[in-house]
This record gives sequence, C-alpha cells and structure tokens, in this order.
Amino acid sequence: MTDLTKLTAAETARLIRDGEVSAVDVAQAHFDRIAKVDDRIHAFLHLDTEGALGAARRVDEKRAAGEELGPLAGVPLALKDVLAMKDVPTTCGSKILEGWRPPYDATVVQRLRDADLVILGKTNMDEFAMGSSTENSAYGPTRNPWDTDRIPGGSGGGSAASVAAYQAPLAIGTDTGGSIRQPAAVTGTVGVKPTYGGVSRYGLVAFSSSLDQVGPCARTVLDAALLHSVIAGHDPFDSTSIDQPVPPVVEAARAADVRGLRVGVVKELGGEGFQPGVEQRFNEAVALLTELGAEVVEVSCPHFVYGLPAYYLIAPSECSSNLARFDAMRYGLRVGDDGIRSAEEVMSLTREAGFGAEVKRRIMIGAYALSSGYYEAYYGQAQKVRTLITRDFARAFEQVDVLVSPTTPTTAFRIGERVDDPLAMYKADLCTIPSNLAGNASASFPCGLSPDDGLPVGLHVMAPVMADDRLYRVGAALEAASVQRWGHPLLEEAPEL
Amino acid sequence: MSTPAATVPDLLDYDEVLERFDPVLGLEVHVELNTLTKMFCGCPTEFGAPPNSQVCPICLGMPGSLPVVNGKAVESAIRIGLALGCDIAEWCRFARKNYFYPDMPKNFQISQYDEPIAISGEVELEVEGQTFKIGIERAHMEEDTGKSTHVGVTGRIHGAEYSIVDYNRAGIPLIEIVTKPIEGTGALAPQVARAYVAHLRDLMRALDVSDVRMEQGSLRCDANVSLRPLGETAYGLRTETKNVNSLRSVERAVRYEMCRQGALLAAGGKVMQETRHWHEDTGITTPGRSKEQAEDYRYFPEPDLVPVAPSRKWVEELGTTLPEPPAQHRKRLFEAWGFTEMEFRDVIGAGALLLVEATVAAGATPAAARKWWLGELARRAKETEVELDALSITPAQVAEIQALVDAGKINDKLAREVFDGVLAGEGSPEEVVAARGLAVVSDDSALGAAVDRAIEANPDVAEKIRGGKVAAAGALIGAVMKEMRGQADAGRVRELILERLGAE
Ligand SMILES: [Zn+2]
Repeated sequence: MTDLTKLTAAETARLIRDGEVSAVDVAQAHFDRIAKVDDRIHAFLHLDTEGALGAARRVDEKRAAGEELGPLAGVPLALKDVLAMKDVPTTCGSKILEGWRPPYDATVVQRLRDADLVILGKTNMDEFAMGSSTENSAYGPTRNPWDTDRIPGGSGGGSAASVAAYQAPLAIGTDTGGSIRQPAAVTGTVGVKPTYGGVSRYGLVAFSSSLDQVGPCARTVLDAALLHSVIAGHDPFDSTSIDQPVPPVVEAARAADVRGLRVGVVKELGGEGFQPGVEQRFNEAVALLTELGAEVVEVSCPHFVYGLPAYYLIAPSECSSNLARFDAMRYGLRVGDDGIRSAEEVMSLTREAGFGAEVKRRIMIGAYALSSGYYEAYYGQAQKVRTLITRDFARAFEQVDVLVSPTTPTTAFRIGERVDDPLAMYKADLCTIPSNLAGNASASFPCGLSPDDGLPVGLHVMAPVMADDRLYRVGAALEAASVQRWGHPLLEEAPEL
Repeated sequence: MSTPAATVPDLLDYDEVLERFDPVLGLEVHVELNTLTKMFCGCPTEFGAPPNSQVCPICLGMPGSLPVVNGKAVESAIRIGLALGCDIAEWCRFARKNYFYPDMPKNFQISQYDEPIAISGEVELEVEGQTFKIGIERAHMEEDTGKSTHVGVTGRIHGAEYSIVDYNRAGIPLIEIVTKPIEGTGALAPQVARAYVAHLRDLMRALDVSDVRMEQGSLRCDANVSLRPLGETAYGLRTETKNVNSLRSVERAVRYEMCRQGALLAAGGKVMQETRHWHEDTGITTPGRSKEQAEDYRYFPEPDLVPVAPSRKWVEELGTTLPEPPAQHRKRLFEAWGFTEMEFRDVIGAGALLLVEATVAAGATPAAARKWWLGELARRAKETEVELDALSITPAQVAEIQALVDAGKINDKLAREVFDGVLAGEGSPEEVVAARGLAVVSDDSALGAAVDRAIEANPDVAEKIRGGKVAAAGALIGAVMKEMRGQADAGRVRELILERLGAE
C-alpha cells in the first residue's frame, strides 16, 4: 500500500478526486506520521484533529455527491501559528498569547477552507517570527529532520520541518526577512515569498507590517504553485494587497522552461562568509540553468550589503508598535492582576513575563529608533536605504529577468550555536532581506547537499514585483533537471525518522 | 506619581490680567464624524448602544486585524478642509501615534502627523462687533479611542478601584482641527474662543458631517492658553486644558486659565507647561501631565495603510457641495428676517441662528421663532445649564406650537405648558395639548355663555362699548378669561363681545 504521506500534494488531490483514497484516510495517515515523528521534530504546537477530520469528511461527502473538487481539495496542510484561525489556539510561539483563540479566520485561512484544504494544526516558530532558527519559540525549538541536532531555520522552522518530515505535504509560512526561504533552504524544501501585497496579510499577526508576506512551503515546485494560487489575490480587508490578477504560477511551474531567460548572479551575495560547499552547489545550479538554456550574467546590486542594518531598524521599529497591543487587557496572558496593582503595572508585568529575550531586544531597539530626536538618523536613514535597494533591483531587472544567489550563507547550524550571538544569527538572512525591503517576489529551491557537511543548500531566485511566475519557471526547470541527475528528489536522501 | 495638591490656586482679577498681559490662544477641536461606519472597519457608530456591542476584530485591535480607510470619512475631511479655507493635500499619509492606555485597543492611535489632509485655512468670526481672523494650521483624520470609566473614589484613573472600558467609540472617525496661535483678542479672548467653537459647530452642522453634540462628546475642545507681558512678542509658556465640553465651559476655562496664570506671573512665578483638566462643576482646572512627563509618541507612517491621494477632480467636485459660507449665510438671513441689528446679534449671540432658521423653515414667522428661542427656551436652557440646541425639542416642534397659537387652539400662556410637556418627553405638541387638556375653549356656546355673563355683570362697560369705546372691551375680555381659567383664545373672546354689543 502506498504511503500516503510520501505523495505530493498534486498526486494526493488527484487520488482523492478519483476516489482512490479518501480525504479522511489521507488526513489520518498524516496524523499517524505526526504521532510517530513529532516528538523528535516538534514541528507542531497544536493539532486540530477534530477540525481537520471534519474538513476531510466534507471533501469525501462532496466527492460522493458528485461535486467538483478543487486542485488541492482534501490535501493536508500545516499552518504557521502566526495566522489567526477561528477558535483554534494561535500563539505566535509566544507565552503572551497562550490560550488565545481568535474569534475570526485570517483571509488566507478562509481561502484554504474554501479550497477544501485540510488544516492539520499550527506549526512552531520563533516568537512573533523573530529569529532564524525557531529557537526563540517559547515552546521549545523545532529540529531539522536532516539532523535533529540542527536548526530547521526560522522563523518558520515548524512549517518547513513538517513538510520535510512528511508530516504534511504543504505548509503555510510567513516571510519578513527570510522566514519562508531560509527554512526551505536548510530543510531541502521549496519556499516562496510572493510579491508583497500578492497574498492578504489580514489575520497574519504582524511582526513588521511593511515586510511581512504569507507564502507556500512544499516539497515540489508544482505543489508550491498550486498552494500559491489558492492563497493569492486581492483582499479588500488588506489595504496593501495588490488589486491585480494573480501571476500565472501554476502554468509556469508546469512549463518548467528557462530557455532564453536572463539570469543575473548577484555579485555582492557570495564570497566572504559563505560556506564553500554552499557556493559550490550554488555555482553548479547556475551552470545547470545555463545548460537548460538560460542566459547567465553577473549583476551588481551595490546597496544589498546595507540591507541587513536597514532591516534591523525597520523591522524592530514596526514591531515595537505592532506588539504594543499585547497588554493583558483584552486577551492572552495576564500577570499580577491582584485587584491592587494598577493597569499599568499589570501591563508591564505581563509584558515582562510574556515576551522572550529576542522580542524584548527588538522592541527596545525599535522604540529607540523611533524616538524623537533619533527618528531621522535611524528609521529615516533605513527607509532611504530601502529606496536604494529598490533601485538596485529596478536597475538589475532592466538587464535580467531574475536574480539568483545562495539562499543562506551556510547550511543548518547546530541548535544553541548562535543563540548568544544575535549578529551571527541575523546574518542567516543576508541574501533574503533585500526582497523584503523592496517587496519583490523570491523563493528558495533545493540545489543539492553541501559536500562539506551533507546538508541541504538552497538556490535563491528573485523576480520583479508581480512576476512571481518567473520564480516557478526557474524552480521547476531546476527541479526537473536535478531530480533527473540525482535519480530521485533530494529529500529521499534525508535519514529515516 | 504624586497626587495633585487639593489647594485652589490664587486667581488674578480679570481686569488686572488685561492691564498687564496679552493672552494668546490655540484651540484644538475634535469632531466626531457622522459616518454610518467607523474609520477603519464596518462597525456602526450609533451613539448610546450597549457597551462593547459595536466592535469587531479590527476596532478591538485583535492580533492580525488590519485597518481599511472609510472613504466617506475622507470625503468629510476634505469637505471640512475646504469649508475652513484649507489647501487639500494631493498626497497624505496616516501615522501611528504610540502610547499605552487601556482604552486604546492597539496601544497606538492611527492619526496623521506631518502629512495632514488639510492645511492653512482661515475662518472669520464676529465678536461684539469686532471681526477676528482665526488661522487654521491643519485639519487631520484620526480614530477615536474607547471610553474608560473609572469606578472608585476619584473617578480618575489614579485611585480608581477598577476601570471598565467601552470600545464602541474606538475607531469612530475624528477630524482634529488645530488653529494657529490666536493673538490680539485681549479682553475678548474667552468670547473669541467660544465663538470659534460655536462657529465650527455650526459649520459642521451645515456640512452635515457631524452631530456636533458637545454633551455627547461628538465635538470636544482642548484649549491652549498662554500669557505674555503687554508689548512682548515671544509667547509665554502655555497650558493645554483638555476636554472642555460645552461652549460655556470653553469661555469659562479660558478665562479661568488667564486669571490663574496671571496670578502666577504677577507673583513672579512661572507657568508650568502642562496639560490641565477642566472641572465643569467647580469651574477650575487642575494639573495633568507636565512637559517632562509628556509622552514621546514615536510617530511613524502607518505601514498597514496606503497613502491617501485625493484626485483634484474629486476635491473640486466636493467643493461644489459646500454650504453657503457662514458670513454670507448670516447676511442673507438678516435681510430675509427683517430684524434690527441688535435683535439679529442677540440671535447669533444666543447660538440660535440655525435653530431660528430651522423653525422658520418649519413654518413659523421669524419673529415668533426668535421670541421662543431667545425667551422661553433660552431661559430653560440656562436653568438646566445646557446649550440651547441640547434641549430636547426640535425647531419643527417649536413651529408646531406656534401654529397652534396662530390657530387659536392655545394661547401663549398655554404654549409655555406645552413646552414643559415636550421638554419632559411627553410627546409631540399635539399630544401634550391633548394629554394635559390644554386646548383653549373654542366652543362658541360655552364661550358665548361666559361672554353673556360678563356683559350682564358689567353693564357700564357694555354701554361704553356700545357707544363706540371699543378699547373698553379689555375689561370684559379679562373677566371672560378669568372665568375660563385662561383656556380661551383672547382674540375670539374679543370678537364675540364686539359682535354681541354691535360694535366694530
Ligand atoms: Zn469594528
């Protein structure tokens, strides 16, 4: 009998549509897999068994009634715990939201439900999406299925790990500085950050509003595209959502064609600080694209190197304001409410107890950067850098159709290795941050295992705003050629759990 | 934080203040718009609903929720800006004003900071025959906060046993209108402040953008007051008296601050730059936050909203929807009503211009409308310490009462009782007349019998009238009215008397 957890989302949906398997059986197989491996991975914070099996049952009923099923109907999915899901715990990996059950669905969740996906549960993450290792979760770290002593990336380590560990064929992540792409790279999976405004942020608990974007995590490029097309599109509840047709991502993933595509290798994203094995696999991937008919040139984006410091002013500034609402007054944790202490004291005690160290660090940096007298020097300057980076992209996209770089400078590091060195941790997002600052689309695709440590390496592809389909052209072409070369998908080389 | 001392500060005599100092004012007025839905969500805005019944994830600031700008509120903001003579920005943004307070669901308020929708306007006021030009610095859009009620001894957040918050008001659209420093008002400073707020109130009403009910908080004023020695050009340190919520209080609070600051300065002391609270009951202000304690609001552009860029065409279209400018409006009414200048000024001074206008529109003569609003109703407003327009009677009802008088169904004396009834919420004028049995006796047979008895009882008077001395009828009318306990139409009584005695 087929292992239902090893199928792609597209295959699973087809089997359900054809009546070869029931959606309930598929969901149950994934719950069984989770029960078997999640004590070692810790990808999930909460399972919604009842809700998921109910949704699966409805899919089976629809099929029985002869209703037409969507392209992902009945496919299980893991949802990053930063998206509001009605009546299901939503913690953002923080103690301060322990016990909160949102009274509403995020637009993305609504769209997943409308498309009959089966939401298995909520995945672990760095607290409020601040981190690159999932070690900042108040509920303990998630482990990388390739080596459980290593980090699965972050902040969306839970989503990436759940997909890599066959706990779900699909997951939803969010990406503020690389939180979808960096975990995808270090777990050997596909992760896409759509164009800012391409997917609604309504119901995404904000870390940094001008940078956050929701996107798909999957094991194959086509699966990611199918999920992308379910969640994308204009939402009147998000003013920053783009009112334009969704780019043809599924068609691009099916075409898998890079002939004539102009690919620019970003000169500044490589060299010093990059693991040799990572650079080697990256160069091989670029060579493969050339073989497949792409025209590869080197491109300079001189301001990308200032992306990291600009990001670490803009993101904390916005987060210091976004996280102000966690004050014990209306929901979540409340500490010290003894009927004697003032509201102010209860707020302060709650925030002291409820937020972790990294969150506090960023709130303080942000509050400082926005304070009167410092605003121009910090927030103002950072916004100028942002404009310069956007111009770098614009200039580069005059010459090429997509830009490429390694997704991360290194493969997955060991749990605990960088917890005391925030700067080293921040550098994990060096290559991914420019796309958040400029709002363009980008993605990470598996491009092999680093020869020095045998861990996955990701190819980072960046496309212009609303040209998300180009990511899928590159990703799908690379995937087809690589799988042919390796003889099997990369994940099959991961150790059995 | 130390508790403010309960001592009442010294006040300098008002005339002495003016002998030595020149007041400078700055007024910040918040107007709650009357849009059907809130600024950033679809919740209704109706006043007086049960607490926390008009809320949703957005106006409660639930994690993940996002604001969407109410286009109708932007439209109102532009019309207000235009009516204040402001330039409308071609491009403006919202900003976050960050501070912690339990009635603020997000612990930041979405407001506008350095990019307001309307800038640089001017309004002209007339106070006691003098014209004052008030410069408008800006008008910007923002959202209202929830409303805290502090339960306990003091009614203030400090010392409260507990506090409860109603978020119905959170997210209601507000327009904040800020003046430039108002100089050169001298002794008239308090009246100018009042007249300015009254002017805004009338303007908002004419624009139909707000209910402007100060007692319900839909128009609120913060008054900045400073004094400088006569002849000095630099401004003195100012205080900002918050939430002054009636026209009368605006005038009183400004005057109080002038006298309080005057006493401090005259004694060689210094005015603390601080916010102050106005106490309606005692008529004093007490200290709030000092400049040192002032919050750093850490403003930055609201990343969840896109810039507002009203097209010039739209702004132009909205310009054609503006009501008549107040000065022109007054001129037109003055000419139409035929009042003396003094009478007309009294109407304006009493804040009754629009009320009289509406009453006339409902069918009353200007004289009758003026008579009731400046007489009977002004007296009642004063007794109950509310604004004239806060009385629970509409111009249409006043016109209806006058129509009853004109039709001879009631007389002026009974009309006052009808006002009592309507103000007490007993229903429409007709209903009050019926319920209280106030109709004058118009049954000619009953009236005729009373007239006959009066003629019989006063043969001398009757003889005089028969002889052509019509003026003598007054005595008989009085007798009839007395017998009818006032419930008769004096005009009809006179007619009956003259008819019976064959006089013209
Ligand atoms: Zn609402």
